[in-house]
Amino acid sequence: MAITRDEVKEIAELARLSLSDEEVTRFTGQLGSILEHIDALSALDTTGIEPTTHAVPMDCPLREDVAGAALPAERALAAAPVRSGDFFEVPKFVSGS
Amino acid sequence: MSAASTGTGTTDPTTMSALALARAVRQRELSAREVTTAHLARIAAFDKGERGLNAFLRTDEAGALAAADAVDAKVARGEDPGVLAGVPVGLKDLFVTENLETTCASKILQGWIPPYDGTAVARLRAAGAIIVGKLNMDEFAMGSSNENSAFGPCRNPWDPTRVTGGSSGGSAAAVAAGFCPITLGTDTGGSIRQPAALTGVLGIKPTYGRVSRYGVVAFASSLDQVGPFAGCVEDLALALEVISGHDPLDATSIVEAPSALGPALAAGGRPQGLAGLTVGLPREYFIPGTDAEVDAAVRAAIRELESAGARVIDVSLPHTPHALATYYLIAPAECSSNLARFDGVRYGRRVQPPGGDLAAMYQATREAGFGDEVKRRIMLGTYALRSGYYDAYYRKAQQVRTLIADDFRKVFASCDAVATPTSPTAAFKIGEKTADPVQMYLADVFTLSCNLAGLPGMSIPCGFTRAGLPIGLQLMGRPLGEAALFQLAAAYAARTDHARRRPTLALEAA
Repeated sequence: MAITRDEVKEIAELARLSLSDEEVTRFTGQLGSILEHIDALSALDTTGIEPTTHAVPMDCPLREDVAGAALPAERALAAAPVRSGDFFEVPKFVSGS
Repeated sequence: MSAASTGTGTTDPTTMSALALARAVRQRELSAREVTTAHLARIAAFDKGERGLNAFLRTDEAGALAAADAVDAKVARGEDPGVLAGVPVGLKDLFVTENLETTCASKILQGWIPPYDGTAVARLRAAGAIIVGKLNMDEFAMGSSNENSAFGPCRNPWDPTRVTGGSSGGSAAAVAAGFCPITLGTDTGGSIRQPAALTGVLGIKPTYGRVSRYGVVAFASSLDQVGPFAGCVEDLALALEVISGHDPLDATSIVEAPSALGPALAAGGRPQGLAGLTVGLPREYFIPGTDAEVDAAVRAAIRELESAGARVIDVSLPHTPHALATYYLIAPAECSSNLARFDGVRYGRRVQPPGGDLAAMYQATREAGFGDEVKRRIMLGTYALRSGYYDAYYRKAQQVRTLIADDFRKVFASCDAVATPTSPTAAFKIGEKTADPVQMYLADVFTLSCNLAGLPGMSIPCGFTRAGLPIGLQLMGRPLGEAALFQLAAAYAARTDHARRRPTLALEAA
């Protein structure tokens, strides 16, 4: 299945990428040819086949509900691009007061 | 490689195995500082500058020498310095390292200094290994040539105009070039085995869950696995044993203790050391698209295994032709989710357009920070997971994944391992495949299924093309069946010397 420029723009929006026009053109062609290969799967009959999420069977491990050592706030915040006190600071994203 | 002796008549540490180095350090024949200094000097001479290989994105001289002195102090006090005492080790730059920049070869993480060590790194340090630096890779481990690095490609030590393979290209090249005897990489669809094959070293992707992924930047979490590279089978086993084992910090870590590899190495080294083992040759991996020299070398290697006592039978893994499409749905889907965390909020780079809101900051940060291949895979994954497309793509791929894993389960009822080429060609030219993503993806056509099925897979050097480029043999085994792979590799190493050949680096030839 070919993918259209508009679809590429829509997916970029969902993926939080702001592609340039040149990138939209290039990715439309490249994603189209990748999807052509991928679409071969649709010919395979998978009726009744269980999907595999992890190849190795595993249970969800549980631990005792006790607090362990955690990274000190100062260390956790050390790489923050912008911080405010003990918080990561981001641009305003709700309107009103 | 340079002459094995230096002017003082002692052996050059950069030509020694990890096992020999650790033994020499423990017995005070060499100090960890001498060993570390020799390797750092070799890196400085052959890896940096215009003509350098570019295997290391950065070295940590001060940290390495401090760690070496600590090992030497332990030896002096009579304490146990660990099985990797004084052994220089390099890490793919997606292993989180405390106080040492970690970038995943991406601009979005440039300058990031992590606040902790991942489990595999902590285990290496506890065993006395010396972390000498962080190695080049395809950005976020997405690629098959190391050309997707934001910091330039890594050159193949056998021919600097050719790629190392990828994504763990720096890890493979560093071992081939004698920069360190052991490195760590990760393998999501072939990223350890394919570069190992293209650079003439050994590499293993262990069973999913054998090595903790804690502190390893995630690409596709159901496929990613950590593994070592080494120049000989004994070093590979040693490194794997150090980093293996249950870790409560990784929910997918296998609780069962993995079996020791020593007995398998010893068994493989004996005459007729493969008696009782059955090796399957899956017909779907011996196909016309494979380079004739690669095919011939792999078939010759299989005859060696046979003459060492292995029974060789033809088998079939019928869903192999669907592995590529399955992989390129599952891996991008998981990557699009995992890489959502790189948003300019908590670490790494932030790009803030003037007057822009939070969404504008996310978009500008990701647009400026990610390279082309990473964007392509995020887009592909977002497409596959999109509402209304999920059943047709992601769920379908997970069902085919079941069929691929079932193929292996059936074959392993009658085989201990399967043997195939690791890669359909030897190392290709830098720039040869960069314009066409599908051609690049085909470089991993023989390695993808192993990850989809969660199996252990190893690549060992099995010969050279007439142009002098290395060729790799891939061995895949049952879940937690690494011992059989090491037995085969040990038997092969005892009968051939392909793994002992080392490239002459450009500046050495001058």
